[in-house]
Amino acid sequence: MRIWNEEAECQPRAERAEEQTRNLERLVNRVYDDLPYYRTKMDEAGLRPAHIRSLRDLSKLPFTTKEDMRANYPYGLFAVPLCDVVRIHSSSGTTGRPTVVGYTRRDLEIWAEVCARFITAAGVGSDDVAQVSFGYGLFTGAFGLHYGLERVGATVVPASSGNTARQLLVMHDFGVTTLVCTPSYACHLAEAAEQQGLAGKLKLRTGLFGAESWTDQMRQDLEAKLGIAATDNYGLSEVIGPGVAGECLEARNGMHIAEDHFLCEIINPDTLEPVEMGETGELVITTLTKEAVPIIRYRTRDITRLDPEPCACGRTTIKMHRVVGRSDDMLVVRGTNVFPSQVESVLLEFEDTEPHYLIVLRREGHLDTMEVQVEVSDALFSDRMTDLRTLERALLDRLRSVLGIKVALRLVEPQTLARSEGKAKRVLDLRDGGAQS
Amino acid sequence: MTVRQLSVFVENKKGRLADVAETLASARVSIRALSLADDPDYGIVRLVVDQPDNALAVLRANGHTVKESEVIAVGAQDRPGSLARVLRALADADIDVDYMYATLVPGKPDVYVILRTHDNPSAMEALAAAGVPILRAQDVYEA
Repeated sequence: MRIWNEEAECQPRAERAEEQTRNLERLVNRVYDDLPYYRTKMDEAGLRPAHIRSLRDLSKLPFTTKEDMRANYPYGLFAVPLCDVVRIHSSSGTTGRPTVVGYTRRDLEIWAEVCARFITAAGVGSDDVAQVSFGYGLFTGAFGLHYGLERVGATVVPASSGNTARQLLVMHDFGVTTLVCTPSYACHLAEAAEQQGLAGKLKLRTGLFGAESWTDQMRQDLEAKLGIAATDNYGLSEVIGPGVAGECLEARNGMHIAEDHFLCEIINPDTLEPVEMGETGELVITTLTKEAVPIIRYRTRDITRLDPEPCACGRTTIKMHRVVGRSDDMLVVRGTNVFPSQVESVLLEFEDTEPHYLIVLRREGHLDTMEVQVEVSDALFSDRMTDLRTLERALLDRLRSVLGIKVALRLVEPQTLARSEGKAKRVLDLRDGGAQS
Repeated sequence: MTVRQLSVFVENKKGRLADVAETLASARVSIRALSLADDPDYGIVRLVVDQPDNALAVLRANGHTVKESEVIAVGAQDRPGSLARVLRALADADIDVDYMYATLVPGKPDVYVILRTHDNPSAMEALAAAGVPILRAQDVYEA
């Protein structure tokens, strides 16, 4: 199997650590000098750049959270002037304000490079025709994979998201060998292909799946139905987008982290202390090389563990395992991030008391569905049926526009939604492997 | 004058209507008139009762969503054409009827028609001008 950048990916670990240390020192100096946000945070912690001398010193640095990014919306964490920024991406916001990230030309180079690494590790190269079925837009998924695939010389088909019939037509007629999308959308495509009698007529051999967590069962289903090797990759827009880590075909047991660019730690989300290597906790990432929006100790809220064992593929980079949960209440529905607080903010537009609601997630076939059950309070209720229907429509419109996904709505009687220990249960996740919170 | 109507939100689930009726029965509330508006998922039970305050309190205490609104109760003879006269009077005065329901009065050859309009004062004016008897709330509650 090919390795895209043997020098970086198979570098002796001690040598890599030296480079990481140098880059960390440079990063800390830079953000302290250029970004008031980091300088203030470090000053408050009594830290000077000179205090950061080794990778162990990393844990002295303050965390950065999504809230911090939002508070500095839109450009407060940009470390370069906008004339040096050549691209903007952003992620969905919980209450309207998204988090915004920028890329310099060199950031885009690095992004394509790290994507090329996991694309190559999945066995995809210049002989492949790759269909990118992520939505092209502010979301980082499509563009990250797009340029990474071009970098390895694959023939890129930018199909974007939606319109399953057209996706299958393109997949069949263009001789697509590599499918890029969320695992749940891949399952949906696999079923639609079966129904249309396309099973066995497709040239697919590899799936590059990301942007949501999935199970071994889903992987086996996808591999059987589509006749592919299904691989996992990881990334998030605050850090770069896809390309932070990805699986190698040889082991397919954990995702190799592009450690020369992303320094990963696992912390206990309650104590905020680093855990022992191999223990499960929250992933925290520091960007070592990013220019436009360097970020120190970003709390991803993703729960996973690191694996330092040598890998059969020959890469020396450590691996991160599949994300098994969240340390906040974020939900991923069809690859879109959803926070219960978004639903709450919509309901508050309609009534001024604390709304009672329950988000029910189901997997129908292979697609996630989201239903919002809303208790009809006296304020929402009317004796006129037309008023209730108008309310339903208005709520649905607002929910769809704020969440950016299709949702169903059900009006329910008060107190039908369970209240536990004074704190209402907001989410009922009935999907495989779904967590209840 | 208008009559107080209580509307109760009910999900389309077994036993929900029975629950509303039992709640009222437990407080010795008597139902004077009733209608049910239904949707595939939920319904609105509209009630005129003999003790509105008592009913409102006991329904809310049992966790029901209740809305109080003002409706018009008119009396009509139980014979062909009497309802038409009521509705024609409203139509001629350009009054929209949101919904209506009727109930027979025990022991009398009379029907009470409960009307919900978008403009109750104008509706009552039009009805009075057409000679339609508008009932006093107390008469409905104590019927």
